[in-house]
Amino acid sequence: MTTTRRRWFDTVIGLVLTGIMLFPIYWMINVSLTKSGAMRQDPPSLFPFDPTFEGYEAVLSQQLPFLGTSFVIGIGTVVLTVVLSAPAAYALAKLRMPGGGALSFVLLVAQMIPGIIMAMGFYAIYLNLGILNSIPGLILADSTLAVPFGVLIFTAFMSGIPNELLNAAKIDGAGNWRTFRSIVLPVSRNSIVTVSLFAFLWSWSDFLFASTLDGGGSLQPITMGIYRYIGNNNQEWNAIMATAVVASIPAAVLLVVAQRYVAAGVTAGAVKD
Amino acid sequence: MTATETRSGSAARGRGRGAAGPEPVAPAAGAAPRRRRLKGHWAGWAFAAPVVIYLLVFYAYPLVRNLELSFRDYTVRSFIDGTAPFAGFDNYIAVLSDATFAPALLNTTLFTLVSIVFQYSLGLALAVFFFRRFPLSGTLRALFLVPWLLPLLVSASTWSWMLNSDSGVVNSFLEAFGIGQVNWLTSPQFSLISVIVANIWIGIPFNLVILYSGLQSIPEEVYEAASIDGANGWQKFWRITFPLLRPVSAITVLLGLVYTLKVFDIIWIMTKGGPGSSSTTFAIWSYRLGFGSALPDLSPAAAVGNLLIVIALVFGFIYIRAQRRLDPS
Repeated sequence: MTTTRRRWFDTVIGLVLTGIMLFPIYWMINVSLTKSGAMRQDPPSLFPFDPTFEGYEAVLSQQLPFLGTSFVIGIGTVVLTVVLSAPAAYALAKLRMPGGGALSFVLLVAQMIPGIIMAMGFYAIYLNLGILNSIPGLILADSTLAVPFGVLIFTAFMSGIPNELLNAAKIDGAGNWRTFRSIVLPVSRNSIVTVSLFAFLWSWSDFLFASTLDGGGSLQPITMGIYRYIGNNNQEWNAIMATAVVASIPAAVLLVVAQRYVAAGVTAGAVKD
Repeated sequence: MTATETRSGSAARGRGRGAAGPEPVAPAAGAAPRRRRLKGHWAGWAFAAPVVIYLLVFYAYPLVRNLELSFRDYTVRSFIDGTAPFAGFDNYIAVLSDATFAPALLNTTLFTLVSIVFQYSLGLALAVFFFRRFPLSGTLRALFLVPWLLPLLVSASTWSWMLNSDSGVVNSFLEAFGIGQVNWLTSPQFSLISVIVANIWIGIPFNLVILYSGLQSIPEEVYEAASIDGANGWQKFWRITFPLLRPVSAITVLLGLVYTLKVFDIIWIMTKGGPGSSSTTFAIWSYRLGFGSALPDLSPAAAVGNLLIVIALVFGFIYIRAQRRLDPS
């Protein structure tokens, strides 16, 4: 009886803590529904009693190209990341070639390079190649956020595939490529989901590469859409926050649809036990 | 760290997962095991080749390009006529003697250390709290992940509006307690504090998740034994949880260091490193030099960036060592 009560007391504390933690997100939604006239009201209204959708109308009329660009870049990054990292992980986890350890080490170090340095290098290269302000250029740059992570996740997962399964395929005469395609890949479905989700989310959220490599392009991702908003019309905060809400949708979907993959991804990236 | 060491480390890790089992025995290869193994090596590198090429072209080359930028004197014109005079260490000397260097170093240190201390301690407190497994604890813990998943730009813009001097909800909340208007983002005393607060908020979920998974690996029996000996909750935390969590804590903190040194989006959106250079870190400084104005000054920007990479890699290597020690190898 008392333990039950204590457990529910914990739930109450948990709810309060979550409320505090998520307050900024609530506030973003609240502001996105606030009328322009009430934006500077002091004190601000804590609830959108008199909601307006003018902010969201602005998103629909002005931000759709940005959202579309982000979507295309996100999908491109996902494909590139999976295509590059899954075979490499198969090699590291199952083929165990000499020098594989060195490769994992390089990948681990690669994750630690600050983005601003990569951006600068890419800028100089893209300037020479003339692919600044282009979507393929941005996909390539964004994939550097996800490829090392992808290889590490896939390797951790694929080393868990029983060797008996692979040997059985070998006995049936399957080569490495066949084994990889028909056995390893289907079995690794969960890790493909994890890697794809993170690759999409990271490229969707990227601002640094977008602002340095696509600062003047005609097709810019949504982060640049918000950034331009902030720079241009400082007063339309409902439109800015409405865009922010819309830009958060992939994160929300990811959390609802694939919560367990998210936690797995966070931990696997840091502590591989 | 040699390649063989790394390899044995990863092999041990594979076994630690209880999955790898004995080395793969090729059943039909009795006649020519060596040739078979050699063929396996080639196949391995063939599968890894795309990533190796990728690393060379998209990691190594930009890094080399960046080094080259920092040792030459690049202007916009250099990209057109292809000439950039060799400058030796001039860019580095210019950066080190720049008036921004000292504040940037101090801000980077403060930003990183204060963020880490609070992210870690709040993350640990929350992990311990959620580990009590009360009704809804799983759902609430999942909700705590949201700030970490949001695009940084979204979080940063939300915080800038919340901290707005005239119309921000934070100031109107403080007003209710009789505290006058605080210029969170526009005064030199508060700008760094503001970006640190936002960064702590973003980093808590990451610490929570990793430390929570660390708690799961502490055997239940240890706590039961302590209970029998009459230990209270506080003693259990300091005598059992905290010491046994130390390896995971080390990894969390070091990874946090590497990530926090890189932070750019939050500061840039909230304060642009200002006012003055009151919230300028190395990452911001580098960006401002390289892309902050119409005329990019790429060479000094690259020099600042390379200083940053050296700091990041030092902590990175300590992290990798700590992680290796965690693996039973």
